[in-house]
Amino acid sequence: MVTVLLVALGAAVGAPLRYLVDRAVQARHDAVFPWGTLTVNVAGSFVLGLLAGGALAGAVPGSVTVLLGTGFCGALTTYSTFGYETVKLVETGSFGQAFANVAVSVAAGLAAAATGYALIA
Amino acid sequence: MRRQWDVLAVISAGGVLGALARYAVSRTLPASPTGFPWGIFLVNVSGCLLIGVLMALVAHVRPGRRLLRPFLGTGVLGGYTTFSAYTVDIVRLADAGAVAVAAAYLVGTLLVALPAVYGGMVVTRWLVRR
Repeated sequence: MVTVLLVALGAAVGAPLRYLVDRAVQARHDAVFPWGTLTVNVAGSFVLGLLAGGALAGAVPGSVTVLLGTGFCGALTTYSTFGYETVKLVETGSFGQAFANVAVSVAAGLAAAATGYALIA
Repeated sequence: MRRQWDVLAVISAGGVLGALARYAVSRTLPASPTGFPWGIFLVNVSGCLLIGVLMALVAHVRPGRRLLRPFLGTGVLGGYTTFSAYTVDIVRLADAGAVAVAAAYLVGTLLVALPAVYGGMVVTRWLVRR
């Protein structure tokens, strides 16, 4: 029961923060490339990597992993918007940008996750 | 920005609902340290299918429902699907020596989830036009 509340609490903050970051980042670019979603996905991957590495090392308690990992990072990052924005780029004929979005999101997300993971683990 | 509070509130509420649904799926299908993360795979694929459906529907909804897309799209589906668990599970699998599973998960999610968005959009557009 407490676990469910921790997931809810983390998500209640993570989801609106994603929206605010996306708005702030997109306002700085008039390009169609989805920099905002890329930013939250990479940042969230780094934080979850830190938590996963910390949990492995026994330095992060389970309740913190649930609150900040499952709740906050889970809601801060998104696969559905990443997918939708990529498909939208394909539909408008921006194949290069669509491919770049997938390649950069995956590469930067994995690099961020691995860096966070290695810092404590 | 002042008029944004209702948008932030519905995104937050939707995000909670989505995250709890994701948590329920991941508890039902727990991943082993070297096994394919089926729970999050299903979450991301189904969330991608649903955002395709939603975006096609939103284009046909009467104007004035300005909280519908923030609540269901940014909130519920954004909170339901996750990119961080995807990347961290790939790192974790590779670290545990399950490199082939990590690679299959990396590529498999992209190859199923991205077409799912498109499929959801195309089928919904077709149904709405009939």
